Amino acid sequence: MSRIGVAFDKARADGRALLVGCMPAGFPTVEGSIAAMTAMVEAGVDVIEVEIPYSDPVMDGPVIQRASDIALAGGVRTADTMRIIEAVAATGAPVVTMTYWNPVERYGVDVFARDLASAGGTGLVTPDLIPDEADEWLAASDAHGLDRTFLISPSSTDARLAMTVRHCRGFVYATAVMGVTGARARTSDAAPTLVSRARAVTDLPVGVGLGVGTGAQAGTVAGYADGVIVGSALIRCLLDAPTEAEGLAALRTLSAELAEGVRNPTR
Amino acid sequence: MSADALAPVAGPQPDSAGHFGRFGGRFVPEALVAALDELDGAWRTAMADESFRAEFGALLRDYAGTPSLLYEARRFSAKVGARVLLKREDLNHTGAHKVRNVLGQALLTKRMGKTRVIAETGAGQHGVATATAAALFDLECVVYMGEVDTERQALNVARMRMLGATVVPVTNGSRTLKDAMNEAMRDWVANVDETHYLIGTAAGPHPFPAMVRDFVRGIGDEARQQCLDLTGGLPDAVTACVGGGSNALGIFHAFVGDQAVRLYGFEAGGDGVATGRHAASITGGSAGVLHGTRTFVLQDADGQTLESHSISAGLDYPGVGPEHAWLHDTGRASYLPVTDDEAMAAFELLCRTEGIIPAIESAHALAGTVALAPKLAAELGREPTIVVNLSGRGDKDVHTAGDYFGILDKER
Repeated sequence: MSRIGVAFDKARADGRALLVGCMPAGFPTVEGSIAAMTAMVEAGVDVIEVEIPYSDPVMDGPVIQRASDIALAGGVRTADTMRIIEAVAATGAPVVTMTYWNPVERYGVDVFARDLASAGGTGLVTPDLIPDEADEWLAASDAHGLDRTFLISPSSTDARLAMTVRHCRGFVYATAVMGVTGARARTSDAAPTLVSRARAVTDLPVGVGLGVGTGAQAGTVAGYADGVIVGSALIRCLLDAPTEAEGLAALRTLSAELAEGVRNPTR
Repeated sequence: MSADALAPVAGPQPDSAGHFGRFGGRFVPEALVAALDELDGAWRTAMADESFRAEFGALLRDYAGTPSLLYEARRFSAKVGARVLLKREDLNHTGAHKVRNVLGQALLTKRMGKTRVIAETGAGQHGVATATAAALFDLECVVYMGEVDTERQALNVARMRMLGATVVPVTNGSRTLKDAMNEAMRDWVANVDETHYLIGTAAGPHPFPAMVRDFVRGIGDEARQQCLDLTGGLPDAVTACVGGGSNALGIFHAFVGDQAVRLYGFEAGGDGVATGRHAASITGGSAGVLHGTRTFVLQDADGQTLESHSISAGLDYPGVGPEHAWLHDTGRASYLPVTDDEAMAAFELLCRTEGIIPAIESAHALAGTVALAPKLAAELGREPTIVVNLSGRGDKDVHTAGDYFGILDKER
């Protein structure tokens, strides 16, 4: 079983959900992103999702777009992402990578998989790669022992949902709302249904993302999902703070609140 | 002819998942797959439905004003050294070939029971065409337009608003066409139940490239017959400008099976491909994934999309439709860059010889034809016949062209 599978199992045994925190690589700088991700782990985030910044992130809302633009304007390269993954994996927390497909294709799918595995990454979340187009990634992830997380959506048909989870390894990513990333006042009513539809066809853990930003929301999602995935709300801590130190402090506070939330599932 | 605009013809088709060789396909969030499948089904059903084809044909004829003329441009021909036949898509309602695509997609939107259309636009031509069809079909219409472009094309913003559309300036990224497309995709993911994304060119995820091509391929069907009627034979070459590439595919498709007819796509070379300031995705780009499809893309070593540059806002896009990438791969069509200066020289030449002000996009096709004519004449040992797709008229470009030629009064 993959490292992330072990972490999900342990959380399940403890009667809680796993907290996955997302941060773009190189935001606000390469070193700054390592410091932020390390702070998140220290404050209770279980799994770090490192997003490779991309010029055209169609699944991301304004917060992640801004952070990605800052990272790219700072000159972050895909090779830097590998270094960041290595540094964060050294904390002991599993590190999963989220990326749009073109940067992987440009790097070379097999070389990317090899470098990701050797940096200590557990696998990829691919927001714009569906299994239908993923032959090369299926082969490379098998060859290098990496997990594959494809997205499922409330609009997925039963047949597509079953096909998609069959190609997943590690965990399944359920997009809770029809829309882009970004914290919302309410999480979605469609999410519990989507999670139970996934559970009907797979034993893999199911993480829920899109829209979670508070401890209470994390508790709600933890009530029906195996993992709670948070991005924009954490990133905003850094974007909104006047200084880097204040940003890290806010990031620690929110991480701890979310970690508390996933330990108190609302059922 | 228009009544048969969707009649089945032999021609290259993608596989069932929308792959043109190694290009095309679907690189999209799972959330959009159901909508793309629905669209694919609606399009295939409509194509097989006589009543849809009749309705589309009647709209093209009675509303859009097609078939457009094939006009022999004698004074331009004399300057160029070829018999040049212009396919006058500039005379269509809204001033470009794009009306064919938006009418087809608006009809499909109605058939799918959706009430809202969204679109991206660069120069504003596709936005205006979409707003026009939305008014005609009583659909809510939101157009995303890069903030830079809303400033460059203020008149088209006003036209869209007059037609009842909401224009949303896009302020992120490079604030141009590609970012408008990103923003439209985000809107679509969030509102897919009642919304159709009316993509303006033969790009994007399957089924858009093949579907848009089908809606505009009347251009070539008409031109082929008109050329036969006028000259008694097929042309030696067919030329068009290529941004996303819908007007080029529209005129190429009918000729792909005619091996003796050479097909030329002219990309926006901007300041010159060697300068890096251009929009020539096939000539100066590499294979990659952008906006839901695998095609040629302007990108850096890490796969980040590069900004494109062209004097023509309608060609200023860092990708190209996947069918063009495939026609390039197979060698069936040739793609060459045309610089801003070459395009503007041809723009002026057509104005002065024929009294026709072309869109700057279409001026790229004219400029490419000017360069092609002597080579083709030498090769064939006679005057060649060349059909040029004059895809749009230049009213929208008067300010840009006036600036370029320095003919605007300083005080206005």
